Amino acid sequence: MNPTTAKTWDEFMEGIWRQNPVFVMVLGMCPTLAVTVSAVNALSMGLATLFVLVCSCGLVSMMRKVVPKEVRIAVYIVIIATFVTVVDYAIQAISLALYDALGAFIQLIVVNCIILGRAEAHAAKNPPVPAMINATGMGIGFIIGLFALGAVREILGAGALFGVSLFGSNFQPWVIMVLPPGGFFVLGGWLLLFSWVERRKRRKQSGKLGEATQNA
Amino acid sequence: MVRTLGLVSAICGLIIVGAYQSTYDAVAANKRIATERAVFKVIPAAKSIAEYVALPTGGVEPRVGAGDMATVPGAVKFFAAYDESGKLAGIAAEGAAKGYADTVRIMFGYSPGCQCVVGIGVVNMRETPGIGDKIITDKDFLANFKALDAKLSADLSMLANAVKTVKHGTKVNPWQIDAIAGATITSRAVGKAIDDSAQALLPRLVPNLDKLAGKS
Repeated sequence: MNPTTAKTWDEFMEGIWRQNPVFVMVLGMCPTLAVTVSAVNALSMGLATLFVLVCSCGLVSMMRKVVPKEVRIAVYIVIIATFVTVVDYAIQAISLALYDALGAFIQLIVVNCIILGRAEAHAAKNPPVPAMINATGMGIGFIIGLFALGAVREILGAGALFGVSLFGSNFQPWVIMVLPPGGFFVLGGWLLLFSWVERRKRRKQSGKLGEATQNA
Repeated sequence: MVRTLGLVSAICGLIIVGAYQSTYDAVAANKRIATERAVFKVIPAAKSIAEYVALPTGGVEPRVGAGDMATVPGAVKFFAAYDESGKLAGIAAEGAAKGYADTVRIMFGYSPGCQCVVGIGVVNMRETPGIGDKIITDKDFLANFKALDAKLSADLSMLANAVKTVKHGTKVNPWQIDAIAGATITSRAVGKAIDDSAQALLPRLVPNLDKLAGKS
């Protein structure tokens, strides 16, 4: 890979793995815990956030040279709120049932710290294309996070995935998993898994390093 | 600074107006389909619906215009449902009452023939999954609404017997609703929603039933 592609790839992968908004940065917990009662809800919330994230980062990045520093946060919020309104109408047009299921959390994307964080930390300092690539990565990372929670909670709490029953009628749903506490349990489980993998990787690396020093 | 803010607001305003305009028809169609589906669910024989209002003065007239602004204060909205041959199949109306988490909004079907409630459907609720939301699925509970008595008193001014939710297992009269054990508050909300709405609507509706019957 040549350096430019590698850099672009890095920008993209940052949000998916190294800086995953849900599992590493633990940002945007309000929608993460609240709407992930089913895989469909989680995916649609993730897609809505991805759209808002990419569009607002693009626009913020395009305007980064004309926006005075004193009012930048206000401008970002206005831009983000605009795209949230667009998503709000779009979801109403696609499915009212979905709109009811996601409820107030669509409007609350406005204050999702992942989006404002990206706008402030990345889009405001980079040209539109890398900003949007980075935002896409973050958005996909967020979708993965939401889906990981939503799928597990739906399987355990309703015995189904995407509304398709998995275990037949004898399955007694583990109802607490679709209630608010279940969100915390599943999130905790995933965070545990991620930090365990991370720690193992680090131990292996330092082990190798140790061997190398001994051999030398 | 002012120029930048003006520019941002103008761009965002345009985007929002564009989104509103382009989704307006789809959203309106979705809402209509959702209403029709809710009515068809409580009156299975229905093939078409017409929207009416029952005026506080006692009359019944077709509802014209859209939105809540089109109704007279104190008027009750209801739907007349017609079967394939254009005969009146039943009346559907909405009711709402405070549940455990939030207002439970239901749609119920009323059959003029037996003067009883013949089915309910939930329009909107945020009750606890696995507990309160059993009102949609619990067969024993739904059996209450196969022929829930809603006869008017002799002078047609109110229900002869108020619809009432009673504790699980203590139902003795046809106007009582047997609550779901463990979901008493939600069950009570359903009873109260039907009672409130029927008390307001039926005294105005029943004397005017012939006005609705002739329509094809």
